[in-house]
Amino acid sequence: MRIAESRVLPRFARVRPGGLAPIVAILVVLLVLLTLRQPDFLSPPSLMSFLGRSAPIVLLAAGQYFVIVSGEFDLSVGSLVTAQVVVAARLIDSEPSRSWPVVVVLLAFGALVGLVNGVVTTRLGVPSFITTLGMFLILVGAVYLWSDGAPKGGLSEEFRRFGRRAFEDVPALGRIPYALLILLAAAALAVLLSRSDFGRTLVAVGGNPRTAGLSGVRVWRAKTIAFVLSGVSAALAAILLGGYSGVSFQAGAGLEFGAITAVVLGGVALGGGRGSVVGAMLGALTLETLFALMNFYGVSGALKSTVQGAIILLAVAVSSVRSSSR
Amino acid sequence: MSGVLTLPARRTAPGVFVALAVTLAIGWLVVTVDGGQLFSLPTTVSLLHVAAGLGLVAVGQTLVVIGGSLDLSVAYVISLSTLVAAEAMNGDDAALLPAIGLALAVSAAIGLLNGLLVTKARINAFIATVGVGLLLKGYLDNGYDGPAGKTAPALVQGLGYQRVGPVPVSFLLLLAVAAAAWLVLARTRFGHHLIAVGGDPEVARLSGVRNHRVLVTAHVLCSLCAGLAGVYLASRLGSGAPRVGTEGLYDLESIAAVVLGGTALAGGRGGVAGTVGGVLLLASIDAIFNQLEVDAFFKQVIRGVIIIVAVAIYARRALRKAAS
Amino acid sequence: MIRVITALTTAAVLALAGCATDEPSPSASSPASDAAGSGTGEQSKFFVRADYDKELALLGAAPTGPAGKPWEQALNPTMAQTAKFSKPGPYRICFSNAGLNNPWRQVGFKTMQAEVETHRGQIKDFVHVDAEGKDQKQIADINDLLGRGCDALIVSPNTTATLTPAVEAACQKGLPVIVFDRGVDTTCPVTFINPIGGYGFGHVAAEFVSQKMKPGGKVLALRILPGVDVLETRWSAAKVAFDKAGVDVVGVEFTDGDPAKTKKIVNDYIQRYGTIDGVWMDAGAVAVAAVEAFQDAGKPVPPINGEDQLDFLKLWKDKKLTAIAPTYPTYQWRTPIIAALKVLAGEPVSNPWKLPQPTITEDNLSEYVDANMPPLHYAMCGCTDLPGYPQRWK
Repeated sequence: MRIAESRVLPRFARVRPGGLAPIVAILVVLLVLLTLRQPDFLSPPSLMSFLGRSAPIVLLAAGQYFVIVSGEFDLSVGSLVTAQVVVAARLIDSEPSRSWPVVVVLLAFGALVGLVNGVVTTRLGVPSFITTLGMFLILVGAVYLWSDGAPKGGLSEEFRRFGRRAFEDVPALGRIPYALLILLAAAALAVLLSRSDFGRTLVAVGGNPRTAGLSGVRVWRAKTIAFVLSGVSAALAAILLGGYSGVSFQAGAGLEFGAITAVVLGGVALGGGRGSVVGAMLGALTLETLFALMNFYGVSGALKSTVQGAIILLAVAVSSVRSSSR
Repeated sequence: MSGVLTLPARRTAPGVFVALAVTLAIGWLVVTVDGGQLFSLPTTVSLLHVAAGLGLVAVGQTLVVIGGSLDLSVAYVISLSTLVAAEAMNGDDAALLPAIGLALAVSAAIGLLNGLLVTKARINAFIATVGVGLLLKGYLDNGYDGPAGKTAPALVQGLGYQRVGPVPVSFLLLLAVAAAAWLVLARTRFGHHLIAVGGDPEVARLSGVRNHRVLVTAHVLCSLCAGLAGVYLASRLGSGAPRVGTEGLYDLESIAAVVLGGTALAGGRGGVAGTVGGVLLLASIDAIFNQLEVDAFFKQVIRGVIIIVAVAIYARRALRKAAS
Repeated sequence: MIRVITALTTAAVLALAGCATDEPSPSASSPASDAAGSGTGEQSKFFVRADYDKELALLGAAPTGPAGKPWEQALNPTMAQTAKFSKPGPYRICFSNAGLNNPWRQVGFKTMQAEVETHRGQIKDFVHVDAEGKDQKQIADINDLLGRGCDALIVSPNTTATLTPAVEAACQKGLPVIVFDRGVDTTCPVTFINPIGGYGFGHVAAEFVSQKMKPGGKVLALRILPGVDVLETRWSAAKVAFDKAGVDVVGVEFTDGDPAKTKKIVNDYIQRYGTIDGVWMDAGAVAVAAVEAFQDAGKPVPPINGEDQLDFLKLWKDKKLTAIAPTYPTYQWRTPIIAALKVLAGEPVSNPWKLPQPTITEDNLSEYVDANMPPLHYAMCGCTDLPGYPQRWK
């Protein structure tokens, strides 16, 4: 099917499936529009703080990439972020010395939730949409139940600095948010991972699980690891988000849709088998740029979702028609 | 994946009904021990009303899911439909039928858009319907700062509050819609084609099914059902409400009801009867927990577990069937 | 379409057959609205000038009732006779709750439960049903409660207009119905209890912000959600005040109560306009996030309003902000229980029962800051004398 269409399409319109061209083009257009309106947006201090605050959603998109490219969904990440932030506040209870142990606990908790998602999906044969939807309900319910309906305790300044503070007085750049450094490190790891044997296996599994299984790949193990990666990235995102904005039951609300949208915008096919982690992360950055753009252009608060919906539909339609899906 | 064009096996989905019976039996016992009454008239009526609202949406959702698609915009379609209906009626019985027609037409148009985005623009259904949902959300947020319009008194009296013994008219409407959907799936060419497209689109296409047309129709029918649920809610609430669909979580709950009923999310397998069972199961859990005054958050945890376990059991059964 | 018509015909036939119905007899009353457009955009169609004037007048009224117990006080009371509801105790009191889905309702409900405990002799049973923020479920819940032998029914409606028919149906069963927090469009309940209301809240905050900032300065209005009646009235009153003061409202943004989104919005507005001279919020949930956005951008925090949530009050005290906290006190959750017992004893109660709605200012701030309570606790809970304080609220 794909081959047939690329024969029909003229050469210039041929985009490698999962290629980065469309998302880079959209991002550039948005950035140009943004700088037209707000010339200092790309100045170092502004850009640094923008990248810092975008780190959580970019991390989530990277984690979601591994799950989606393997042919699955992770709808539980938003509730996982909320749960992590609320758990962190209660465990730390404003006590600075508990910050590091709690960071470790959160990462382990994220990995555990990912493991459960993965095992239930692969070993029990439950579609991941259902597994992670159920996990979403369980996590939200459990965290409310555990905290009697209102977050308790508080985050220490030591914990919050990862998402809120920065290296000050850096030459040329002004300040570099810790969140940005964490993001760069995690992004580098994600790219390495996606180019490793594991990464290629995952794409093969998502493209055609049966063939992958016949050629000796342990499909369930690859997918489970993908879910664990998504859980760990949610933990990292929670640490940064909790730091950035404090405790709240709204901390992770809607992030699962944000992350999936970002991944799809970045040219990754839902259903698996195509796409790159860089595209997914650029997709997330594009979404964040879109939000900033609407703030700077003064799009009425109530109309924002319409603009967002229209742009997402347009972008995905354009790139999917060009890259001949299905 | 051979033989997708044959009739769906005459295998009703009793699993969910067994679960429903067990749930009601245990629930009845526990509630009685607790000193309450599960099957009192008001509780039964309330249970069936909750089931009617969710059921109308879920029957529509079943159709798209069987076709291998899904619709996450239904919650907004419901809200919009309550507003269109109530504003067009404006408390006037004479405007009743045209207003319902208008609400359903608007809903159908949204379904058409969903269907075209999924088929012609080749956008994955998840993204397409989330995107359309966002478009509608902006319209509602921008245009309405609260409930608006007034439902015609005749509709409030009839669909909203009338009942036959313990059974509300709205529940009878649900049964009628479900029966119609069952007939469509089991007896019409469209139904067979829909199952074929959901089972394997490529095979369906090669055997002459016009996949796009079938999927678009399914999306239109799904939105129509959501629109009908909106009309019912308008009759219940007495006016249009811009947040009723999203607050009711009708998008995720309808999908939960569909999978509880044994319909496969991947498409090609399942049916409307199971969905009605799934809806009744969810409504019964609501009613039992209401009687026991169980914490809503605990209920949510239980729901999450039930959904996963139920689908795991279906998956196990399917595996065993495949092995034998 | 055929399906629909068949179904409707069935419905019509059944209606003609004269079957049982739960529908209350209609009683419509929809207030005329005053929709004058102005600098901040078109006025909400829910803005009712007469109600607005009434609420603003109440802000200065002196309460009647025991001093130091604002939950038992009433502003300009007009008594309603309740002798017909009088019956011997102990009672079963039922409560249809709109939801427990935010910290305000959590604190309120804990306060209500504690109030019930203080009347253990008179109340044998307190039945609570949570509608989880769904109109449709609350209508079903109220109907369900009618079959459970309640002596009095307390309702905290999820939406004013849409819960009206269900409340009317309950009134017709003859048991005393008490409505609080949001109202209903009918006069059938014995009493409707709430503090002064949204206009008062929005007005106090907007007056403060516009007075404390430079004339004609730039105000950012942060709102939680569109379409929630309580929040709409707050904003519509603020609009009137801002238009009168001639300030420049540069943005009206919805935060969804999400602190991260709030910080991003405020940050972008600071960058776009250089400075923001005042921040108005329709609820305190994200006030701390808004303040932090200014701090993180290295800008002075402009005059701002929050609510009586402790995280904001603490920050206000520590950073010496120019701030104000109008409240929508959670102590109003005590009053319905008190009212129900009075009604069942045949004592007259005020209808409407308007509770005082205090404002926290710089002068009385330290009375309300309590470092030992959780960050999202509401200081105006009137709960310090109730059993289980403070543990129950922690």
